[in-house]
Amino acid sequence: MSVQTLLYIGGRLVKGAVVLLVIAVFNFFLIRAAPGDPAKVLAGEAGATDEIFLQQLRDQFGLDEPLYYQLWVYVSNLMQFDMGMSYRQQMPVFDLIMERMPATLLLTGTAFLLSILLGVAAGVIAAAYHRKIWDSVITVAALIFYATPLFWLAMMASLFFSVYLEWLPSFGMQSVGEDLTGWQKITDIAMHLILPATTLGLFFTAVYARMTRTSMIETSRLDFVKTAKAKGMKPSRVTTHHVLRNALLPVVTLAGLQAGQLIGGAVLTETVFAWPGIGRLMFEALFQRDYNLLLGVFFISSALVVLFNLITDVIYLIVDPRIELSK
Amino acid sequence: MKRIIMGVLLAFLPFASNVYAEDPTDGGTINVAVQPEPPSLMIGMYSNATTQQVGGNIFEGLMRYDKDLKPHPALATSWENSEDGKTWTFKLKEGVVWHDGKPFTSADVVFSIDKMLREVNARLRTSLAFVESISATDDYTVVFKLKEPFGPFIRLFEVGTTPMMPKHIYEGTDFKLNPANHHPIGTGPFVFKEWKKGSFIHLAKNEKYHVKGLPHLDNIYWHVIPDAASRSVAFETGKIDVLPGGSVENFDVPRLTELDNACVTTDGWEFFSPHAWLWLNNRQGPTADKRFRQAIMYAMDREFAKSALWNNFGKIAKGPVGSKTAFFNSSLPDYEHNPEKAKALLKEMGYDGTPVRLMAMPYGETWQRWTEVIKQNLEEVGIKTKLVSTDVAGWNQKISDWDYDISFTYLYQYGDPALGVSRTYLSTNIAKGSPWNNAEGYKNEQVDKWFNEAATAFPDTKRADLYNKIQKQIVEDVPVAWLMELEFPTIYNCKVQNLIDSAIGINDAFGTAWIKK
Repeated sequence: MSVQTLLYIGGRLVKGAVVLLVIAVFNFFLIRAAPGDPAKVLAGEAGATDEIFLQQLRDQFGLDEPLYYQLWVYVSNLMQFDMGMSYRQQMPVFDLIMERMPATLLLTGTAFLLSILLGVAAGVIAAAYHRKIWDSVITVAALIFYATPLFWLAMMASLFFSVYLEWLPSFGMQSVGEDLTGWQKITDIAMHLILPATTLGLFFTAVYARMTRTSMIETSRLDFVKTAKAKGMKPSRVTTHHVLRNALLPVVTLAGLQAGQLIGGAVLTETVFAWPGIGRLMFEALFQRDYNLLLGVFFISSALVVLFNLITDVIYLIVDPRIELSK
Repeated sequence: MKRIIMGVLLAFLPFASNVYAEDPTDGGTINVAVQPEPPSLMIGMYSNATTQQVGGNIFEGLMRYDKDLKPHPALATSWENSEDGKTWTFKLKEGVVWHDGKPFTSADVVFSIDKMLREVNARLRTSLAFVESISATDDYTVVFKLKEPFGPFIRLFEVGTTPMMPKHIYEGTDFKLNPANHHPIGTGPFVFKEWKKGSFIHLAKNEKYHVKGLPHLDNIYWHVIPDAASRSVAFETGKIDVLPGGSVENFDVPRLTELDNACVTTDGWEFFSPHAWLWLNNRQGPTADKRFRQAIMYAMDREFAKSALWNNFGKIAKGPVGSKTAFFNSSLPDYEHNPEKAKALLKEMGYDGTPVRLMAMPYGETWQRWTEVIKQNLEEVGIKTKLVSTDVAGWNQKISDWDYDISFTYLYQYGDPALGVSRTYLSTNIAKGSPWNNAEGYKNEQVDKWFNEAATAFPDTKRADLYNKIQKQIVEDVPVAWLMELEFPTIYNCKVQNLIDSAIGINDAFGTAWIKK
């Protein structure tokens, strides 16, 4: 990597840190604009409460301090990589997020790989058979998966594969209380993973397929492809080496966006399949007004978006040497 | 001579209502749905429904109550009241140990009630105002001296209201930050094993449990499944054995109960008797007029809501006191569904068509639909309504800031009007900041006076007289519009035997439950 590239990456990282700080402050105020507070939600669920109890909770959470002071405490802790305690669960936010990280990455990562592989392959096939029956089949299927609401698809899948066929488990990440080890455990998790990963991946598969197809068709009309064909190159080699490589750029952009969401989890899929991921953690924290936890998830997710944007840009350089760094 | 309320002859036999047809078998695992995931299992501090459900297996109270709310021994073996009603003497069970092996004694009882729960438990704190002193006269005797006779005292000792806390772990610590809150230690039939956040909570058999032969089950897994439809599916596929009341949407109940092997019961809610009503803001707008509030009572078609939304489970509420709660007055006048009467009342008060805001309670589909039913009922008699929607935190906030005209709620009755009813109507309970007090702003000095007298009247016949008068007056004033005494059916796999054996149902331990092989 050239010095120029390294300088560029360094500059982007500094800018990214500033962006993150601004996001953190903005989130801080945004969350507090919602009505209610964590003490009231906690006490509210209890169905019986009094002022003393609420006051105890607020004291404990530090919610009685003036807002600017709370912000100061939050930001200065954040600078030291301390995301504070979850009000509700009385555990460090960082631990809570890390506890959910493996499950989240497993789900979103599988869905990510699945959708890229399937999506690009489907797109390539559709483009290769442009205006033939396979093209129509793939295009229609992609449109259907693109337009179907995720939660509906998830529920139908669970009804069909878990209730009707009884092939796959309907909830959770592993069989509880069976003390599985080794391959048995891996198989067990994989069985639990199939439904959520597929439903989550289908939407992006559809997106990649459509995008790859369009991009391939466009590229295949360009002059250098004609030249390659005129040279007498094998059609399959033209497709893979000339067309696909050039058609991939928009796919990389999109993959970068999707990768940024890997950590954020997938609220709907995780909820329907009771998958213990970060999406649910965040969603529940929102309704419970668990400010610190919510801010923590926001912060980590935005850090990853910033990071993946950078990685995407670097991948551009590799995929397409024509792109130059701006100074 | 002392009046013996309850001498215990047959200690620790299962309640009389549960006659076994066959001998229970030991062993097995039970899978239960739990939602929302509890914030903690520390039952002394958090009275959230799911904290109680799980924690009720780990901790124990001094008494348990059967379906008729009669007290039975748990950690206390007997109790007696003095003739003036002001001194209660409790005998404790000997040979009970905490999950860490330390013995349970009267010191734990005094510490739990007098120190810890008084400080951290909002509900018990109110009742403890009537207690002058709590002392241990020996290792297994505790004496409560009351300032005045306090009728509901005998109903304070189930595990949710007064769970026993280990003194040796909590004494001298900051109760809220004690690490034992994450690894609770009680005396109950099940010990805490593991909590995988977002997935499950695992409790295992307490091998040293103080009741011989119990518990039968080896393991309980509480599965966190956030989506109601997925909970139904989990039950259908046999992965979940028990759906506690309220854990699936009402429209799924008929389908699930028709499954092979599905059993259903509405038992186990007698102590709570969840009472649903419409908050009516007594301070402002048309709802400040008594005639308007009465008109609402006549306008509502509660029978329709009961059959359409609640699968006919539950009962139309007559007034402020539930029919299973002590001192219920069954001879109160009815507010039948009568739109004509409602219209006449509105005409009499000169209602000018001012719209009222109707705020839904964000507790799931049933409540959403119920709001729509009420809107339709009100508009039939000419009351203009505007729907307002919000999430749970926003709803709490708006009720406790009195920023509403009409909304919903349901509250537990805790077996006695002094514990679960008076809090909604006493004018001394009007305070911003809580959605569970007198949030409607009802003020009636006469009712205040009667309520206060009734809490400490002695003996019970005197209390009954006062509560009859109170119910009559409140039903006339309609400070809130009563909807129903709710019943949440518990749906479970029929292989589970003796699942519910007390008035607090799923909130009690699965100590006597067993699985038929």
